[in-house]
Amino acid sequence: MRSLLNFLLRIHFLLLFILIEVFSFTLLFNNNNFHKARFVNFTRQFAGNFYTKTTKLKQYLSLAEENKRLAEENTRLLNIIESTYKSDEIFFRSVNDTVLNQRYKYTSARIINNSINKKHNFLTLNKGKQQGLRPEMAVVSNGNIVGVIKGVSKNYATVISVLNLDLRISAKVQKNGYFGSLNWKGEDYQTAVLNEIPLHADIQRGDTIITSGFSTIFPEGILIGYIKDFEEKAGSFYEIDVELSTDFKRLNNVNVIGNLLQAERKKLEKQADKND
Amino acid sequence: MIKLLPRYILSFVLLVFLQVFILNNIQFSGYINPYIYVLLILVVPFETPKWFLLIIAFALGLTIDLFSSTVGMHSSATVVMAFFRPYVLKIISPRDGYESETLPQLRYYGASWFIRYSVILVLIHHLFLFYIEVFRFTYFFATFARAILSSIFTIILVLISQYFYRKDTRR
Repeated sequence: MRSLLNFLLRIHFLLLFILIEVFSFTLLFNNNNFHKARFVNFTRQFAGNFYTKTTKLKQYLSLAEENKRLAEENTRLLNIIESTYKSDEIFFRSVNDTVLNQRYKYTSARIINNSINKKHNFLTLNKGKQQGLRPEMAVVSNGNIVGVIKGVSKNYATVISVLNLDLRISAKVQKNGYFGSLNWKGEDYQTAVLNEIPLHADIQRGDTIITSGFSTIFPEGILIGYIKDFEEKAGSFYEIDVELSTDFKRLNNVNVIGNLLQAERKKLEKQADKND
Repeated sequence: MIKLLPRYILSFVLLVFLQVFILNNIQFSGYINPYIYVLLILVVPFETPKWFLLIIAFALGLTIDLFSSTVGMHSSATVVMAFFRPYVLKIISPRDGYESETLPQLRYYGASWFIRYSVILVLIHHLFLFYIEVFRFTYFFATFARAILSSIFTIILVLISQYFYRKDTRR
C-alpha cells in the first residue's frame, strides 16, 4: 500500500496532467458541437470497424450453429408449405378479360381425395366455402380440365370429375370452332367422347379439343385433350374419341376458377327463355 | 516568492484582458492569431510546484476559453504546454543550473536562452491548439502554416514584453 502511494506520489504530475487534459477534452466535446460531432463520428467509426472485424470472427466461429439453425428453419418452412394448403389463406388471382367482358377468379387448392375407377368419380379439395369456393366453379390443373365443383362445405369442396357419366361439357375443336358436348364413356380414364360435331367439319386425328366457353362454368380455351379416333354415327354426326390431356391419376394441385359474372349471365338467359 | 504573487495575479488579469479584448480581434489575413496569454506560463518562477503550474495553466486557458466560447480548447493546449515546461527547462538548462531568486525571464538568462525556451513552448502550445481547433488532419499543412505563423507573432510579442519588464523589476 505504501509503495503504491509512493508510486502515485512519484507520478502525481503525470496523473494530474492526464486528469486535467481529460477534463479539458470533456469540456471541449460537451460544449463545442463541431468537436463533439467529430469525436462521436470518430469513435463510431472506430467502434464500427472493430465490431465488423469481431463479428466476422464470430460468424466464422458460429458456422456450425448457424448451419443447424438454417436446417431447422428449412424444416419449419417446409412444414409451412405443407400446411399452407390446409390453412385458411386464400390465394386469389384475378383475370380481367376485356374481350369477353368476363372476370375469373383463381384459387389454388389441393386434391385430398380422388378416384378414377368408378362410373361417377368425384374429387375432394381442401378448400371450401370459407376460402371462397362455390358450386359450379371450374376446376383446372395447369390449364387442363379437371371438373366442376358440385358442393362445398366450410373447408372442403367436392368436384365432379370429368370422369363422371353425369358431367357434360361444352367443347369445341380448336382449329375450326365446331362445338359439341363432351362426356366420359365410363371405361378408360384417359378417353372421353365428343358428340354432335357435324359431318362436314374437317377434323383429323391429333386435333386439339378445348372448352367452348358457352357454358357459364368454364372459360374458353381450357385444354381438354386431342382427337384420338372418330367415326360416323347415326348419319349426321361424328362420334369422336378424345384422349384427355389431364392425367387424373397424378393430379395433385389444381386451380379453381370462379366466374364472377355467372349469376348475371344466368339471369339474362333465364329471362330470354321465359320470353320465348 | 510569495511577494511575487500579486504581480502574477495582476499579469494574469492583464494578459487575459489583452488577449480577449485586443488580440482575439486581430486576424491578419485569416492566418495569424497570436496568443500572448501563454506568457504567464513562461514567466512563473522556477520553484513553482509542477502540479500548481498545471492548475494555473488550466485556469488561464479556461478563462480565455470562456471569453472566446471555445470551452476546453485553450485550456487543454495550455495544460499541455505547462506539462512540458519542466522538461524543456531541464533540457535547455545552463551548465550551472538555475540560480535561486531568479525567474525564467530574458533579463536573467539572456536573449538566446529565452528565445529557445519560448520558441519550444509556444510551438508546443500553438501546434496543439491549432490542431485541436480544426480537429482533423485534412488540412494538415494549412493548419501547420497557421500554427507556425501565429507562433512567430506570439514569440515576437513575448520578446517585446520582456523589454517592458526590464527596467521596473530590476532587483
